[in-house]
Amino acid sequence: MAETLIKIRNLKTYFPVKKSIFSKKLFVKAVDNVNMDVPKGSTFAVVGESGSGKTTLARTVLRLIEPTSGEIEFDGKNILELKGKDLLEVRRNMQIVFQDPYNSLHPRKLIKNIIGEGMKIHFKISDIEIRDRIAAVLKEVGLIDDHMYRYAHEFSGGQRQRIAFARAMVLKPKFIVLDEPTSALDVSVQAMVLKMLKEIKVQESLTYMFITHNLSLVDYIADKVAVMYVGEVVEMGDKTTIFNHPSHPYTDLLMASNPVPDPKFVREKRLLKGEIPSSINPPSGCRFHNRCPFADERCEREEPELREIKPGHFVRCHYPL
Amino acid sequence: MELRGKLLDISNLKVSFYTYRGVVKALNGVELWMDSGERLGVVGETGCGKSVTSLAIMRLIEQPGEIQEGKIIFNGRNLVELSEEKMNNIRGVEMSMIFQEPRSSLNPVMKVGYQIGESIAKSKKIKIKQTYPEVKEMLRLVGLDPERVMNSYPHELSGGMSQRVMIGMGLASHPKLLIADEPTSALDVTIQAQILELLDELARKMGNAVMLITHDMGVVAEFCDKVLVMYAGNSVEYASTARLFEKPLHPYTGGLLQAVPRVGRTDELKAIKGTVPDLVNPPSGCRFHPRCPHAMDICKVERPPFVEIEPDHYVACYLFKGKNEVKEDG
Ligand SMILES: Nc1ncnc2c1ncn2[C@@H]1O[C@H](COP(=O)(O)OP(=O)(O)OP(=O)(O)O)[C@@H](O)[C@H]1O
Ligand SMILES: Nc1ncnc2c1ncn2[C@@H]1O[C@H](COP(=O)(O)OP(=O)(O)O)[C@@H](O)[C@H]1O
Ligand code: SF4
Ligand code: SF4
Ligand SMILES: [Mg+2]
Ligand SMILES: [Mg+2]
Repeated sequence: MAETLIKIRNLKTYFPVKKSIFSKKLFVKAVDNVNMDVPKGSTFAVVGESGSGKTTLARTVLRLIEPTSGEIEFDGKNILELKGKDLLEVRRNMQIVFQDPYNSLHPRKLIKNIIGEGMKIHFKISDIEIRDRIAAVLKEVGLIDDHMYRYAHEFSGGQRQRIAFARAMVLKPKFIVLDEPTSALDVSVQAMVLKMLKEIKVQESLTYMFITHNLSLVDYIADKVAVMYVGEVVEMGDKTTIFNHPSHPYTDLLMASNPVPDPKFVREKRLLKGEIPSSINPPSGCRFHNRCPFADERCEREEPELREIKPGHFVRCHYPL
Repeated sequence: MELRGKLLDISNLKVSFYTYRGVVKALNGVELWMDSGERLGVVGETGCGKSVTSLAIMRLIEQPGEIQEGKIIFNGRNLVELSEEKMNNIRGVEMSMIFQEPRSSLNPVMKVGYQIGESIAKSKKIKIKQTYPEVKEMLRLVGLDPERVMNSYPHELSGGMSQRVMIGMGLASHPKLLIADEPTSALDVTIQAQILELLDELARKMGNAVMLITHDMGVVAEFCDKVLVMYAGNSVEYASTARLFEKPLHPYTGGLLQAVPRVGRTDELKAIKGTVPDLVNPPSGCRFHPRCPHAMDICKVERPPFVEIEPDHYVACYLFKGKNEVKEDG
């Protein structure tokens, strides 16, 4: 068994919502009681529909948002208790690449400064060394060293995502969160970026958390998958297990909704009815019960636990498939 | 001239935008056609001209853009030459359009029921109040609760519900053609599946043709009878969906299909090298030539014609000879 790089226990991140003065305080339960082990060297995919809590989970793990409660261990250290130098060191080791390549890079800064910024904070090195490292990392992500003297707006979406990745990589982190890194890109550009991500991960012994709503990417990029629904993990395990034997009814229907780029493939039409419930007032019992074809009275009443139904395969359902 | 499509036949459509950067030659001789009741998928990378083509059909190209050349024969009339007044009687009546962001097409301060009523009133030339029974019927048809939705404001509806409303409005006049520009790109997959199912069911019932603009090859494979692939303002390949996926001929189509990830695919994805061209200064000849692994001298000089290579399979590429051309030796 691979070592665990990130261990998440009972993690909750709630956001207060303003309501009228008469009603009691309400919260968006964006991440609600999440447990997860991310093995060292893996690509851990977090999939789910919009609002299911993927981004909030990632930002909490990086301590960009403070959790409401719970524990997060990185490389054996409880990061919620770290301060000063130790926190800085963990911060360097955990980087993130955001979804939108058009907003995540400052338009009026030279690429050299965008990539170099973090290095100045984290390393005591000379400007020349910084420049050399930037040149090296640009090459690694498939750009050229001359690009460091240009501005972000001069680059295409795919190139910007490479720059954002270079900015993360140059700090020599152990862990990178990729939050829908290709969802704003055309397929042919996406193919290039995914390929690069895969190659560099092996070269640099990185661990990824790959957030996506696109199941088609998961098979190509990931080893492990966690499926989120309304703030909770509903199913988690090895990619092959999840794809071949989805055991949570939501995972199953999510996969059945995913269009297959092959006209010869005749998909069994099984639609998921209804809409995603709000995470302010999630349904009682099982949060999926109002859309689940197998729901019964127990599901309405009793919230299922995330149970390990086979070694390494976790499902939050009273009646796994 | 013989028409290739009985409902819609676009030939040599050229549209340019006059910007401060220069002239954007957005459409460079687009060829597109559809039969009645057919579903055509239009695919291609960002900026290739999918939306501009659909706006040209609706005659909604605005300054600084201009239709410069070409014919758009819709139901026997050339829309390019029609007066604005005549066009008004076609738009929203014989053909309608839905967009990626349904909420941005709805007026945020007016109740949904009133807005739908307004569009029906326009096409039927009746008073808005008289349309309410029909509005309710239509909302039921698209799977919504009429009482609730009629009295809602657009922001009270989810993305999926708004798209249902747009579909209902688009089909209320029983148009012959519905153009859907990325109707599900902003929606989650489970909602996308619901919306595609609805479009499918209603098109079957009403017999309208659907032109579906998308960048998702999965959606094309499931929904469309025919596919048109566009590249940098040109039609580069057209075939039945089954044929296109099985035997893509144009090098760009082949590249595009090999770049598409899917569940069950763990082999390396293949990317098309290079980037999409700037349409102010597009490459000469075949606009794909700087990225094409098979480019020849002639490709840089002259634009390849869009010709029928095999029955109902059209390609714009010098690697292939039209079925009516004499094959040369070699
Ligand atoms: N109003 C405009 N002014 C200037 N250029 C325009 C305008 N509208 C479109 N263009 C240009 O026309 C070309 C085609 O644009 P179009 O919107 O049709 O692309 P598309 O294929 O729909 O792309 P996407 O997949 O991103 O929606 C692009 O080069 C675009 O920049
Ligand atoms: N800063 C915030 N304040 C209030 N609510 C938030 C905030 N960030 C996210 N949320 C809410 O938390 C839920 C989960 O959001 P998010 O983590 O962004 O989901 P995902 O990334 O899966 O789409 C949503 O209901 C969202 O509206
Ligand atoms: S617990 Fe019940 S409602 Fe929830 S997923 Fe399982 S069967 Fe469906
Ligand atoms: S015409 Fe030439 S450059 Fe264009 S796709 Fe065909 S072979 Fe390639
Ligand atoms: Mg997100
Ligand atoms: Mg468009």
